[in-house]
Amino acid sequence: MSGADLRTNEPPLAERAYGIRRNALRMGEVQGQGYIAQALDIADVLAAAYFHAMRYRPEDPAWDGRDRFLLSNGHYAIALYAALIEAGIIPEAELETYGSDESRLPMSGMASYTPGMEMSGGSLGLGLGIAVGMCLGLKRKGSDSRVYTLFSDGELDEGSKWEAMMSAAHHKLDNLIAIVDVNNQQADGPSTQMMGFEPLAEKVRAFGWFVQRIDGNDLDAVVAAFDAARTHEGARPRMIIADTLMGKGVPFLEARERNHFMRVDQHEWQLALQALDEGRRA
Amino acid sequence: MTATTKTATMPSPNKPRLTTSAMIASIASEGQRTKPAPFGNALVEVARTRHDIVGMTADLGKYTDLHVFAKEFPDRYYQMGMAEQLLFAAASGIAAEGFTPFVTTYAVFAARRAYDFIHQTIAEEDRNVKIACALPGLTSGYGPSHQAAEDLALFRAMPNMTIIDPCDAHEIEQVVPAMANHQGPVYMRLLRGQVPLVLDEYGYKFELGKAKLLRDGADVLFVSSGLLTMRALEAAQRLEADRIQAAVLHVPTIKPLDTQTIVDACRKPGRLVVVAENHTVIGGLGEAVAAALMRARVHPAFQQIGLPDEFLAAGALPTLHDRYGISTEAICAAVKSWR
Repeated sequence: MSGADLRTNEPPLAERAYGIRRNALRMGEVQGQGYIAQALDIADVLAAAYFHAMRYRPEDPAWDGRDRFLLSNGHYAIALYAALIEAGIIPEAELETYGSDESRLPMSGMASYTPGMEMSGGSLGLGLGIAVGMCLGLKRKGSDSRVYTLFSDGELDEGSKWEAMMSAAHHKLDNLIAIVDVNNQQADGPSTQMMGFEPLAEKVRAFGWFVQRIDGNDLDAVVAAFDAARTHEGARPRMIIADTLMGKGVPFLEARERNHFMRVDQHEWQLALQALDEGRRA
Repeated sequence: MTATTKTATMPSPNKPRLTTSAMIASIASEGQRTKPAPFGNALVEVARTRHDIVGMTADLGKYTDLHVFAKEFPDRYYQMGMAEQLLFAAASGIAAEGFTPFVTTYAVFAARRAYDFIHQTIAEEDRNVKIACALPGLTSGYGPSHQAAEDLALFRAMPNMTIIDPCDAHEIEQVVPAMANHQGPVYMRLLRGQVPLVLDEYGYKFELGKAKLLRDGADVLFVSSGLLTMRALEAAQRLEADRIQAAVLHVPTIKPLDTQTIVDACRKPGRLVVVAENHTVIGGLGEAVAAALMRARVHPAFQQIGLPDEFLAAGALPTLHDRYGISTEAICAAVKSWR
């Protein structure tokens, strides 16, 4: 299965993004709180990754020919589970177990718990280094699979990210596509106020990467960026910097200020799903 | 809080002052038989038939004997630059793709700087990564920046990690293929350069997870690992002159610990048990053995030889080993004082 080409009869990407958001909200409701705003902001990127760009077999998540997806920001697990459910890798019924004892869907993503989860995140700063090793290994095997890795702007504070960026360029890892979710929010406040990382694209370009900066909630732009990253001919790693809006798709959540780890009241989940549906109809 | 500074002492006219506090110092005593780069050479031999093996280092290939592997298999060697966090995360990634990386750096940089990266990307994910680290314990005169007095304590606390502290070149040659054949992460304390050759004379054979009695004796039982097994053997020989018969139980695998063999040896009545290790007395072999004995309700007279709970000085290795009680002379003196 080669992603976009064979999926022309499948639902449009916007429907996939809607499905991912809906799955995330339903999981959030199980806990009453969580990294909901991030799941909503990254849904478009995940929709394009899983239903346009990436190669995988839902019935065989460990298939060696798959593209790897490394979720470095493990707290985005709710978003990735939502995408894995949408992709048919995890049964939809399992979302009722999110974050519960004995569940395969813990609040922080871990490789040994969940099919389709390639690494244990949680401790931020690990994913890009693992990606470097996987890309080296894939090249060694003669595989044409790619490694996608997602992290967010706050994680750029970790020095290990920059070690890995230098290394990926040094080893000319053209099979690496890193996605940075710039939602300008981390635990203690706006990311740009915790430790300034701008101008990000210029910095990473200076490190030797092929860099694109896009509106991460514009599906056409996301798809175009994945296409450009995949078809770029330079022997260098690729980065997509995706500016996103926390809570995207649910206006009253978009407007919330304290949104890094969000508490949502019981009656509000239904309102959130309704708001999502209204956006879908529009 | 006041800062303390060390005060200089002038050389004694009776004792020459050694003048090197170099990063790399030989652990071989004068005239001792040695072998060059046993780790690098053994790895080359294993890698001839094991094509999944690759080598990775963080700017310390030459100082961990991995350069021997690099020379033989240049296309299987990854120089990752002086970036230990990246080194171990990348090792996890390449292991995830089915390769068996042998990863080298200094013990301080693995145990201290990159701890979380090893913990999360290698141990927690149970990746098949082999870590071999030079300058374990007190094998550098460079000061605390390079003295990994606590590496065993840190790695013992890490689930899934197998820990090996080999004694000499003869043992390292056997440990390397055992590491390659073991499924899962392994940490080995690496002795590099001209490495002493001792255990061949004892007809010794390394087995992962097994403690081995190298010599018997009725008065004292040394339980030791790594470099200190070599010292314990020398001490046992010298103590014969004082009519003290010392046994030496070598425990190269620190984790999982061969509790049964250790407890059985310590059960023998009338022997002073002395655990000797090239490591702080906190959290290493000594405390592991003490706990195993307590759990088994075996209570022999018990002493520890190891590094003190302090930041160690810079200086020449023989000076430091004397000062901190892990030279053969210091061990003999301690044992006599305890009897």
